[in-house]
Amino acid sequence: MDPLIINDHYEIDYRHSYAEDSPFFVGLSKGQLLGSRCTACGYTYATPRSHCMECGAPTAWHELPLTGRVHTYTTCHYGGEQFLKETPFTLILVEFDGADTLFLSRLKDVEPHGVRIGMPVLARFAKTPTYRVTDVWFEPV
Amino acid sequence: MSPVYMISGGITKFAKAHPDKDFRLMVKEAYDYALRDVPPFSKDMIDGAVGSYFSDHFTRQLKAASMAQDYLGLCPKPSKRIEGGGATGGLCFQSAWEAVASGRMNCCVAFGFETMSRVNTWKGNEFIALASDTNFDFPVGGFYTGYYAMMVRRHMHEYGTTVEQMAMVSVKNHMNALYNLYAQKAKRLTIKQVRESPMVATPLTMEDICTMSDGAAVCILAAEDVAAKVCNRPVKITGVGSGSDAMRMADRPHGKVILLAHERESDYAHLKYPGVHSFRGGRMAAKLAYEMAGIRNPIEELSFVELHDAYTSSEIQTYEDLGLCKYGEGGKFVESGVPFMPGVDYGLELPKQGRLPVNPSGGLLACGHPVGSSPSGSCRAPSRSIWATTSFR
Ligand SMILES: [Zn+2]
Repeated sequence: MDPLIINDHYEIDYRHSYAEDSPFFVGLSKGQLLGSRCTACGYTYATPRSHCMECGAPTAWHELPLTGRVHTYTTCHYGGEQFLKETPFTLILVEFDGADTLFLSRLKDVEPHGVRIGMPVLARFAKTPTYRVTDVWFEPV
Repeated sequence: MSPVYMISGGITKFAKAHPDKDFRLMVKEAYDYALRDVPPFSKDMIDGAVGSYFSDHFTRQLKAASMAQDYLGLCPKPSKRIEGGGATGGLCFQSAWEAVASGRMNCCVAFGFETMSRVNTWKGNEFIALASDTNFDFPVGGFYTGYYAMMVRRHMHEYGTTVEQMAMVSVKNHMNALYNLYAQKAKRLTIKQVRESPMVATPLTMEDICTMSDGAAVCILAAEDVAAKVCNRPVKITGVGSGSDAMRMADRPHGKVILLAHERESDYAHLKYPGVHSFRGGRMAAKLAYEMAGIRNPIEELSFVELHDAYTSSEIQTYEDLGLCKYGEGGKFVESGVPFMPGVDYGLELPKQGRLPVNPSGGLLACGHPVGSSPSGSCRAPSRSIWATTSFR
């Protein structure tokens, strides 16, 4: 007998709290890019975390420059289902002067063949915040 | 620690979909296959089992490992589930090893499975990407192929690795699979065909990437007395290791290389490590496994390697993490022919063909990648964040 296959829909709403990361997302709505800096060893995170991975001490919020450089990149022609309609899109990891770690974002307003490692990029912010990390993206300087 | 032996292993053929078999039946098939190979072995010698599958989203059945356990008729023996991303199967194998090495069990079954066909490929990619940070990473593009693509783009920048070198891995593994009855995607390819297949995330094409699959695998591990009773040629497990790294790629440090026995600090005077171009977790796993097994120079002492090749790029990166060549030489390593099988015509110029075959099975690229089910004979399942390698001698 052939297997009997049915369609089984599944949907759910989560209440997602940004908790200790909340100031970062509020910062985006004010045109600020907030990283964090360790209060003990000074290690500086371009993607914030409230405690230091190196020494365990608490970090303090630290405003990052709005310009950085492309550390690496890819142009995605496929993606997770939720993002398929946005393809092709370009992902970059951004490096900043004075930060020890990187920040994942999208690079817009550039041809895929025009992206280079080391290319200077500028942060842009959504006029109407959605309170997601995509409220910030980068464009070539 | 008591010595641990693998006395048997079984596997189902990984397939795009197995609508006629659920996870229980797949595990049962792999388990029966393993038992068939050791006729003197009987179920009452088994003290317990460890089950693994990666994603509850794919299975949409919590406690699925317990359900496989009862289907195999192993109740009321001890049972637990292990999860570790792409390393799920490898960690399951290690957990069973721990049970026997510690003396808690004389015989432990490791089984793994994944049923990825229950959703479409792009939903599946979304499920996997939920392993990335849901505050900072997932919402930006939620796609592991994109993350691996960024890693290899940096590898290319640091070391001059080329897309043709990556394509050679695809040619090798798909061709090796022609000799593996259980491979899903055995075929002869050219570098040109790999490069001309549809682009997924630059520079990775469809043929640089493994496919999602349904499948199951089983390993039976035992202490020396059990192994000697039931098996003429048990495989002694001489070393295991695992490691980890920051889950957000952006958080990975730019520090010093973790050195293996045959490397010196001066080899890497200017390298910022691991950055996003190398897998520190994989290097840690290799270091621990080599130390336990007493391997001082892997390229000289190993006969073959099965490693995590979810992407052609990650195979090249992993050559370096495993110390088969120095950091930066992974591209030239595949070009030299060393990791190819001897005596097979790949249609490529390979001056040192077959010195140390890597992924003779065809790897994940050609066997498919049902994430949780890789504690098969080769125990291949490290991930970008948590890695597990097991060396056999
Ligand atoms: Zn610190």
